[in-house]
Amino acid sequence: MSTPAPAAGGLTIMQKRTLWAWGFLSVPILFYVVIRFYPTGNAMVLSFQEWNLLGERTWAGLENYRVLLWDPVFWQVFRNTFMYLLLGTPISLVLAFFVAYHLDQVRFMHGTIRALYFVPFMTSAVAMAWVWRWFYQDVPIGLFNNALASIGIPQIDFLDSTTNALPSILAPAIWAGLGFQIIIFMAGLRAIPRSFYEAAKIDGVSTWTVLWEITLPLLRPTIVFVVVLSSIGFLRIFDHVFNMTSANPGGPLNTTKPLVLMIYQTAFDSYDMGYAAAQTVILFLILLVVSLIQLRLLRDR
Amino acid sequence: MLRRTRNTLAVLATSAAALTAAGGASAQEQVTIEYWQYFFEARVDAMEQLIENFEAANPNINVEMTHFPYADYRTRTAVAVPSGEGPDVVQLFYGWLNDYIDAGLIQPLPTDPFSPEMVEAEFFPMVQAMERDGQYYALPTAVRSLALFYNERLLEEAGVEVPTTLDELVAAAEATTERDGAGNITQVGFTSGMTAQDHHWFREVLVRQFGGEPYTDGYRNVNYDTEAGRAALDFYLGLEEQGVTQSGFMDEPQAAFRSGRAAFHIDGSFRIGALEGERGLRWGVTELPANNDGERSNYSSYWVNAITSSAEGPEYEASVAFMEYITSPEAMEIWLETVGELPARSAVGMTEENANDPVFGPFIRGLEYAHTTIFADESAQRQVLVDMVERVQLQDMDPGESLTMAAEAEQALLDDFHGE
Repeated sequence: MSTPAPAAGGLTIMQKRTLWAWGFLSVPILFYVVIRFYPTGNAMVLSFQEWNLLGERTWAGLENYRVLLWDPVFWQVFRNTFMYLLLGTPISLVLAFFVAYHLDQVRFMHGTIRALYFVPFMTSAVAMAWVWRWFYQDVPIGLFNNALASIGIPQIDFLDSTTNALPSILAPAIWAGLGFQIIIFMAGLRAIPRSFYEAAKIDGVSTWTVLWEITLPLLRPTIVFVVVLSSIGFLRIFDHVFNMTSANPGGPLNTTKPLVLMIYQTAFDSYDMGYAAAQTVILFLILLVVSLIQLRLLRDR
Repeated sequence: MLRRTRNTLAVLATSAAALTAAGGASAQEQVTIEYWQYFFEARVDAMEQLIENFEAANPNINVEMTHFPYADYRTRTAVAVPSGEGPDVVQLFYGWLNDYIDAGLIQPLPTDPFSPEMVEAEFFPMVQAMERDGQYYALPTAVRSLALFYNERLLEEAGVEVPTTLDELVAAAEATTERDGAGNITQVGFTSGMTAQDHHWFREVLVRQFGGEPYTDGYRNVNYDTEAGRAALDFYLGLEEQGVTQSGFMDEPQAAFRSGRAAFHIDGSFRIGALEGERGLRWGVTELPANNDGERSNYSSYWVNAITSSAEGPEYEASVAFMEYITSPEAMEIWLETVGELPARSAVGMTEENANDPVFGPFIRGLEYAHTTIFADESAQRQVLVDMVERVQLQDMDPGESLTMAAEAEQALLDDFHGE
């Protein structure tokens, strides 16, 4: 009496629905399995093998990971990668918020100014990297050094220095991503109900208190999003570094080399595919851990 | 797939022109072979011309050329050959040969017509690196070597002659270096940069000219951590200390030379084409400077052609005939004219006309005393020398200490490659 009558095929309506759902889901599932999960799994298997692209794959056990642990270049690269993250994320976050907060209050030519900030994000990273590379050159061609020389200040080694090179490469990378973060922050700011601000105004609260007590707490989901996304971006930095140091990739003396560039070189210059896969697995684990920590620290309580 | 279809459609040739030197059989099947190389416009143009000539002489053989961007070239060959879909004749960088032999991707050339005696007698000596166990696996059409480019206008302005020794080079470079009021170099006498061709110059030229031998045991042992190596390094670092060069000047050595802001520049014969198109640049080229005892050395590299393991039966025969043509004197002349790369046969290169050519001559004469480094991993081995110089220049490390570190690092790469 209570059970619905079975349909023609002997299935209940719920079962049919489930079947349809799975039917539609099977396409993206298949896509993800073939395009994402299979190569990922394959890379993990490869990290325990030796392969130079040409011959057979041979098992190497934990050899690739053992070599990685004792490779001084890897630890240098590891430090560099975290330098990009630890400098890049907070600086870009503060800058983006600063610009977005004030842009939000600007009425005059608001759209134009916003577009101007967004333009670098749309520009090709390769073109941008080459232009900045030219900015950083020594006299007689570099823009910055020519300017310094013309006012009698000694030139600065930007890219050809073990201490200045990493920040010099990071600067355009931050600048390039700023436009996107500003847009996200502005959307977050607009989503805060105006009534909160009006109430604060009536109570006569200071601007700083409004910022700390209303704006930032309510912006939390936006901040989480921007932090996670920009962290992943800085951990995966590649095109800026590769193009700004293409004659000596990741140089000088590996001081600008990020993990992705090391993986690229191991795989496609040295054809050491197994070792490259081991590095990739490490990068995957780092990205996973960093993202999980951030989500946990910044989640809504 | 196309090739297979065509093969199954093989027809009996009826034309009398089908009588070729190689075959001689009365009725010949139509065979299609595939040739692969990486994309570089002049090389593709030259090969198209060679294929046309070859097909005219061998009407029963059809050659199809496929080219890929340099960046995926090696990956594509590695994947295609084992699956049987790849080329019959393939172009490889000489440094890759061992890997390809070990992986069974290429097969030895038949000793008739490619006998080791013939190759050793007729080709420039560095080609001998292509031999293994008494058989040649690959042969080049053309080779490359280094020479010293100079800017004629800057030399005239400074009133200096074209240098023939290292000391003369340093003096001439000093006379042509210019600085602004603050002491910044605005024009270098000599371009430098281990990231460009200098690592070859250091290994195969300077180390030898200072009395050493960069490697021993068939390039398995690094041998420049010696007094000669130290002297070569001191000379190289001295160029910057004496202010006649600045590594990284205008980003790339060849860019500085092309824009007319460098008097001297060491580069390969492949740079000729780019410089010829440069408006307003009057340049000449001369052999690499000798040391003070008159001893010269040079570095040579090349791309080779090899028959892959997927060529069998009639395709193998056709591939051998094609290899014979593209390593023939005629093909080398065409290659020289079209690409600007030097003939691999000494008899072709060393003709009166070629050896005295104002542009090709210095490179061709350099081939006679050139050495070819057998690399395990060229970019990693280059990096070792880049780092060696940077440790001294950026971190003030003692040159001797840096040299020792470089030799150890490179030895580790070689040991790893040779499985020791």
